[in-house]
Amino acid sequence: MAAPPRPESIALLDKLVAALSAKGIVTEAQIAARQAITDKASPEIGARMVARAWTDPDYFDLLLRDGHAAAEEMGATMAGAPPLGVLVNTPTRHHLVVCTLCSCYPRALLGYPPHWYKSFAYRSRAVREPRAVLAEWGTSIPDSVEIRVVDSTADFRWMVLPLRPAGTEGWDAPRLAGLVTRDALVGVALPKAA
Amino acid sequence: MTLVPGTAVRVKDDWPERRGPCHIRTPHYLRGREGTIERVLGRYKNPEDLAFARPAPERTLYHVLFAQPPVWGEGAAGDTILVEIFEHWLEPH
Repeated sequence: MAAPPRPESIALLDKLVAALSAKGIVTEAQIAARQAITDKASPEIGARMVARAWTDPDYFDLLLRDGHAAAEEMGATMAGAPPLGVLVNTPTRHHLVVCTLCSCYPRALLGYPPHWYKSFAYRSRAVREPRAVLAEWGTSIPDSVEIRVVDSTADFRWMVLPLRPAGTEGWDAPRLAGLVTRDALVGVALPKAA
Repeated sequence: MTLVPGTAVRVKDDWPERRGPCHIRTPHYLRGREGTIERVLGRYKNPEDLAFARPAPERTLYHVLFAQPPVWGEGAAGDTILVEIFEHWLEPH
């Protein structure tokens, strides 16, 4: 967890909000509403989207056609967020998401990115030596599978739809969602049926 | 003119950051590199203008696919890099 904010930071924020309110740029209510949306975002919503896409072909189609609608249907608030693109892993292709320029990440859906996603090391290495980076995560991708690194550089935000792991035949969506971690949603890890 | 998927393109070997302050969404490691249009993503306001609060015309944004090993001179054959690049950074190849 992050350290609690310092009193001087809170005082500075209060002054900034007061100045913005005085100029009619933003209201306290708008800030509170945006905060509620941000607080709601979570990898858990992404996990439920993946599990439903594995078990519901119509939802899979919706997810590829309109990421915002698919996310809203599972409880995220996407208003004002950049378009959500979904990268479908196949038996012959694995996607890995990185933002080499900054830290683009589907925040409206998954919340704030983990610290390593923003690190210089991950941003430099993922695009240059993805197999070495994945190996350090304990994620082994066979040589016969293409690794497609998706450098998130502009208006879209990207989420990986991992492959449904073997050994999960007959599982329902809630049980499947429990296998999908935050790291699997950007492709550094794979869901495993323990 | 919108480029269709499969079209071979080259990213301009241009370095505006050497000419003055700018905001660019085209990674340096792809300047001058050859790739293929994978998908048309839509039309979006040019971030190079948005960043400076200038009037920002809409530009077509493409998903462009690159073979990974030639970019770095290392890596596994068959691996790829997929990147969002605006039309004004692409030239026919």
